[in-house]
Amino acid sequence: MASNIDRGRYIRSAGLVGVKYLVLLSGAAAVAFPFLWMVFTSFKGPSEIFTYSFKLLPSKWRFSNYLEVFEFIPFGRMFLNSVIVSVVITISQMFTGALAAYAFARLRFPGRDVLFYAYLATMMLPEQVRIIPSFLLLKWMHLIDTHWALTLPWLAGPFSVFFLRQSFLDIPQSLLDAAQIDGAGHLRILFQVIVPLTRNTFLTLGVFTFMWSWNMFFWPLVMTQSLTMRTLPVGLAMFKSQMGTNWAVMMAASVLAVAPIILAFFLAQRRFIEGITLTGLKS
Amino acid sequence: MKSAVLKSLGCRRYKSEDTRVAYAFLFPSAVVFLVFTAFPFFYSLYLSFHEWNILTPAKPFVGLGNYASLFRDPDFWNAVKNTLIYSAGAILGTTLTSLALALLLWKGLRARNFFRTVYFLPVVTSLVVVAIVWSWIFDPQFGLANKLLKLIGINGPAWLYSPHWAMFALVFTSIWKHSGYYMVIFLAGLYGIPEVFYECAEIDGANGFQKLWHITLPLLRRVTALVMVMLTINSFKVFTLVYVMTGGGPMKSTETIVNYLYRQGFESFRMGYASAIAWVLFIVILLVSLFQMKFIGGRRSAIGQQY
Repeated sequence: MASNIDRGRYIRSAGLVGVKYLVLLSGAAAVAFPFLWMVFTSFKGPSEIFTYSFKLLPSKWRFSNYLEVFEFIPFGRMFLNSVIVSVVITISQMFTGALAAYAFARLRFPGRDVLFYAYLATMMLPEQVRIIPSFLLLKWMHLIDTHWALTLPWLAGPFSVFFLRQSFLDIPQSLLDAAQIDGAGHLRILFQVIVPLTRNTFLTLGVFTFMWSWNMFFWPLVMTQSLTMRTLPVGLAMFKSQMGTNWAVMMAASVLAVAPIILAFFLAQRRFIEGITLTGLKS
Repeated sequence: MKSAVLKSLGCRRYKSEDTRVAYAFLFPSAVVFLVFTAFPFFYSLYLSFHEWNILTPAKPFVGLGNYASLFRDPDFWNAVKNTLIYSAGAILGTTLTSLALALLLWKGLRARNFFRTVYFLPVVTSLVVVAIVWSWIFDPQFGLANKLLKLIGINGPAWLYSPHWAMFALVFTSIWKHSGYYMVIFLAGLYGIPEVFYECAEIDGANGFQKLWHITLPLLRRVTALVMVMLTINSFKVFTLVYVMTGGGPMKSTETIVNYLYRQGFESFRMGYASAIAWVLFIVILLVSLFQMKFIGGRRSAIGQQY
């Protein structure tokens, strides 16, 4: 009797696990398929793009689509723009963030908490409110269509300060006192004691900031005008609106644009997932 | 009392050296903040009370005129309507999809990491690339979507070229792109549920569905609310997906608030009017954020997140 119940339960739960895998696998297929479709399309010729029949793989692999990307748009230049902008913003945010976080977490000065929470509250201000006056200001400074317009406004931000402050608060005071007794100044304490101790926080923040600035769209769309100053996402969007239905070359450009990020993701998945979901997980 | 005693002994509450160092350390952030956040904030409000076409120097003060015309502007209401439709679809669809994925991945699964990695792939992919790839998939004649529909004998619609189906395609793409992100947040919430609850329930003879309905979902309420607030804020700000996939068309059927703002501000150069749109958006988002802080807790969270 008892064993019968157990067996029933076992069979039922095995069936349940089967259903679970089926759902998960079809979900994975739904995620993976557009990527595969992108890759295979990027190797197809026009006759295989503009056809009503359904075929996944190209019958003749056409690598020249990838060369055409560089003929249609200054892809290399746009890639470089994205790299410059993202690297500068990421490094600067970590640096200015570390300084400010140290002040808020480790120094006592009048108005500290009021300042901190006021700064934090500005995170609620959407980019859309800032963008028009910032555009006018940068235009007045003759910086529109330069890397400055893309980096200056983002060299510091409340989120990095907030995130770093959290981890700076966790460091025991005795450690810092010891450093101070050894004669270390605040800068040395920050960069030689605290930063090495919170290396992982910096890495996570770095991944987050890099991904965020790499994918920025609205801001660079407004702040740049010439093709050679466009960042990669904006350049691709321009490419699409101009080239309309040249899907093969557009897919080749897309593959080139996402390949580095996806590669990096596979190498450091955990850091990515932590970094990107940072904002949500903190609460 | 204590501080008075300390003061009489010659101690001040703050070491002047600390204060000096603190201000020096805050200086770089403060400069960026003052120039590119504080100033734009007030200037944007100022602009919203003025009528200004960037090409002419005249900037007449119109008081609440921009706001008044905004509320009489059918294009604005169209954008509000489209934003609400998009948001409803994206919020519901993404919440349900990500919650379902998280529940499936949560327990007793060998290949959990594999699936989590796969589902996270769209999240790390640039939104513009996602928009381009899905534009190709939704191509009416040669796209994958209609080819697959044809296999089961359905003649698919024109998707992004159809005023009836374009929004659906945008919402679908958005769910595909963002579900992995919220799945991870749900998973974090699920791992926070203490195992004892389930042990108790098992002793009481609860089956899997009862455990889900009476334990898991109620305990996930806060996380679910948080996810939905994040989705609300981010959906209200949707821009890139629309800009790349439809440009707001066909016939303005997918033009959202930020796309309208962009058109007014950077195509018609009506800076005052566009600023008024930005402020209406800001106030709505502020209300949602305050609601979140008051009723759900977990400050900030979604706020800095960009799509």
